[in-house]
Amino acid sequence: MENQTQVLEPKIITKKAMLSGAEAVIKSLLAEGATLGYGYPGGAIMPVYDEIYKYQDQFTHILTRHEQGAIHAAQGFARVTGETGVVFATSGPGATNLVTGIADAQIDSTPLVCITGQVASHLLGTDAFQETDIIGISTPITKWNYQITKAEEIPSVIAKAFYIANSGRPGPVLIDITKDAQMGSLDFSYEKCKGIRSYTPKPEMKINQVKAAAELINSAKKPFIVMGQGVIIGKAEQELKDFIEKAGIPTASTALGLSGLETNHPLHVGMVGMHGHYAPNIKTNDCDVFIAIGMRFDDRVTGDLSRYAKQAKIIHFEIDPAEVDKNVKTDIAVLGDVKETLASLLPLIDKTAHTKWHQEFKDLYAIEYDKVIKPQLEPTKEGLTMGEALEGINKETNSEAVIVSDVGQHQMFACRYAKFTNTRSQVTSGGLGTMGFALPAAIGAKMGAPDREVIAIIGDGGYQMNIQELGTIFQTKTPVKIVVLNNNFLGMVRQWQELFFDKRYASTEMVNPDFVKIAAGYDIKANKVSKRENLQAAIQEMVASKESYFLEVVIEKEDNVFPMVPTGAAVSECRLS
Amino acid sequence: MEEKKAYTISVYTENNLGLMNRISAIFLKRHINLESITASQSEIKNVFRFVFVIKLSEDKVRKLVGQIKKQIEVIKAYYHTDEETIHQESALYKIATNLLFDDRQIQNIIKNSNANIVTVAKDYFVLEKTGRRKETEQLYNELTPYGIKQFVRSGRISVSKEAMNISKTLQNFNY
Repeated sequence: MENQTQVLEPKIITKKAMLSGAEAVIKSLLAEGATLGYGYPGGAIMPVYDEIYKYQDQFTHILTRHEQGAIHAAQGFARVTGETGVVFATSGPGATNLVTGIADAQIDSTPLVCITGQVASHLLGTDAFQETDIIGISTPITKWNYQITKAEEIPSVIAKAFYIANSGRPGPVLIDITKDAQMGSLDFSYEKCKGIRSYTPKPEMKINQVKAAAELINSAKKPFIVMGQGVIIGKAEQELKDFIEKAGIPTASTALGLSGLETNHPLHVGMVGMHGHYAPNIKTNDCDVFIAIGMRFDDRVTGDLSRYAKQAKIIHFEIDPAEVDKNVKTDIAVLGDVKETLASLLPLIDKTAHTKWHQEFKDLYAIEYDKVIKPQLEPTKEGLTMGEALEGINKETNSEAVIVSDVGQHQMFACRYAKFTNTRSQVTSGGLGTMGFALPAAIGAKMGAPDREVIAIIGDGGYQMNIQELGTIFQTKTPVKIVVLNNNFLGMVRQWQELFFDKRYASTEMVNPDFVKIAAGYDIKANKVSKRENLQAAIQEMVASKESYFLEVVIEKEDNVFPMVPTGAAVSECRLS
Repeated sequence: MEEKKAYTISVYTENNLGLMNRISAIFLKRHINLESITASQSEIKNVFRFVFVIKLSEDKVRKLVGQIKKQIEVIKAYYHTDEETIHQESALYKIATNLLFDDRQIQNIIKNSNANIVTVAKDYFVLEKTGRRKETEQLYNELTPYGIKQFVRSGRISVSKEAMNISKTLQNFNY
C-alpha cells in the first residue's frame, strides 16, 4: 500500500513560489480563512512556530498552558462560530495530550484541524526522542488523519483536512507533519478541496422520504419532536422554527441541541434524557409520531431502548446514514442536510395547533415545577442551589450569554436552568463527558464571539482539571467570566453514591484550595458568595465587569439533580425525587 | 438475540496507508473477532479490496458496514451471506518428502483431493489446495496422521454474485 491518497490534481490558482513546508502550513491555513489557532510549541513543530512568528500580523496563535487546553479552546471556538478550530502541538507528549479533545470533538461532531509535529521521516519507527505513533493512536477518534512526510504534500493535504473537518457531519482531523517535511521546500500553490471521490458529505435528499414524513406528521394526533445539535450544525434553526410553528408540534431538545430553539419559545418543552424535563421524557412514551431531527439517540437520551417510544412511529431526519437505525429503528428515515429537508417539508405540512396535546405537556411541567424546579429557585434551605445561581445569571444577562459548562451536576443544572435566546449559546462536552472542558472552551468561545458575554459554569472538580488555563486568560486578557459552583464534592458521582451505593462516598469529597486567592495570583478579579442575599449583586458585578472575572458560589453540599432516569429505566420512569 | 451467521464483508477503498488500521479499529471498538482478512488489488486500477469474514447477527453486520462505509477513503462496502458469494481459500501443507515414497497412501490422498504439488525438495514437499474451508480442512485431517511440518491457510477471497457497480460510482465523481 505504497501509494498515497488520490487527491485530484489541483488547478493552480496561486502563483508558484518556493516556500518551506512550514511556511506552506501557515499559508494554507490563511488560504482557508483560518487566522487563529491554539497550541503549544515543542521540538518537532518548531519550524511551524517560526513561521507563526513571521506571520503574526496575519495569524494569531494563542499559547495555552497545556495541549488539552489548546484543543478544548479550539472546540469552544468552533462551537460558537461553526468554523473549523485549529490546534498545534509537538510530537510525542504534545500530540498525546490532544487525545481527549480529539475524542471529544469526534463524538460531539466538532470541526477541528489538529497539526502535530513528528520526528524526521528517517527516524520514524526508531523510538526517537518524543516519537509517538499519533496516527495509530488517533485513528479511531478522528474523522480523518494523515501523516505528511514530504513538503509538497502540505497544501493539498491541508485543503483536504479542512474540507473533511467541516463538511457533512463535522469532526476532527489530525495532520502529522514530519520535521523534514516542515523544513523541505515546495512550489506552493493552493486550491481548496471541492470533493473526494470516496467521501459523500451529505446524502442526496430524496423527496419521497420527505413526502412520506409529511404524510405521517399530518396524520399524527400526538406528534413530538426531539431536536439535536444537527439543527445547529446544519444552520437550520429558522427552518426548524418554521416547521414546528406550522405543524404546532411540542419540541424538546437534546443537551447539545439546546439554544437551537430559544428556551422561551411556546413550543419548546425542555430537554430530554437522564436529567431532562419530566414532560418530554414521559411523553416520549406516549406520543404517536416521534420526530428526531439531527440527533443520534444517545443512551443518556433514551434510557432503556427496549422501552423507548415503542408505541410511536419514528421519523429520523439525519445527515449520517450510519446513525439511522443504529439505536432506534425508524419507520421513515429522511436522509440529507436538515436545512434542505426541513425546508422541503414545510410546504407539505398542514397547519395544526394540537392544543389538547400541548396542555398535557403543560400539566406535566406544573408537576415538575412544584416538585423540582420551585425548590431549586425558591429554596427553603439555607444553602444556595445551583438552580438559583443559574437563574441569577439568566436575569443579569437577559438570557443572552454563551453558557459553557463542564461535566457533572452543574452541567445538568446549566442545561436545565440556563435560558437561551440565541443559537450557539450552549457549549458543553456532551458525548464524551470531559471534565476540564469548560475553562479552556470558554476562552475559545469568547475569542470566537468577542461581542457576546461568555460565562463558564464549572464544578469545583472540573475547574481543577484544567485550572492552569487561568494563565492563558491572564496572558491574553480574554474577558471570560468563570462561575465555580462549589459543593466541595464531585457532585454527580456523589449523587450516584447516595442513590445507588448506600451513601458510601468513595473519593468524592474535595478539600479545595482558596479559589479566590488563586484567581488573584492571575490578576483576575474574584469574589466568593455563600449567602442568598449577596448572590444577585455578585452576579451583577461579574456580568458588569469588562475584564475576566471569577465568581465562586458555595452550594448546598448534598443537592441532587432531578428529575432522573436511572440507568436501565425507561424514560417514562423518570423520577422526580 | 438474532442468530449469528457468517458474513463476507467486501470493502473497496483508496490504496492508502493506515486504512487497514482504521477499518480494524471499527471491529475492535465493538469487540468483534474477525474470522479472516484478505487485502488485495481490486478490478479497478488503484482501488484496493478488503474481504473480511465475521460471524454476527445481520443487525450488527449492517451497522458495522455502515460505520465502515462512513470512513473517508472507503469507496463502498457490502456484506453478503455465503450463499450470495463465490468464495475460496488457499492452503499450503509442508510434509516430509520420505513420506511420499514410504507411505503410498499419501499419493492417493493427493490425487483424490485435487491438491497440487508446488515443490518437492530433498527433505520436504509442499502441497497446495484451494477450495472451500471444508475441503482444505478435510485434507488437513487426512494428512495429520502422517505429520504436517507446516500448515497455513489464506483468508477468504470472494466475489459476489450480484454486481457491485464501483466503477459507476467512481465515474460519477467529476470534480
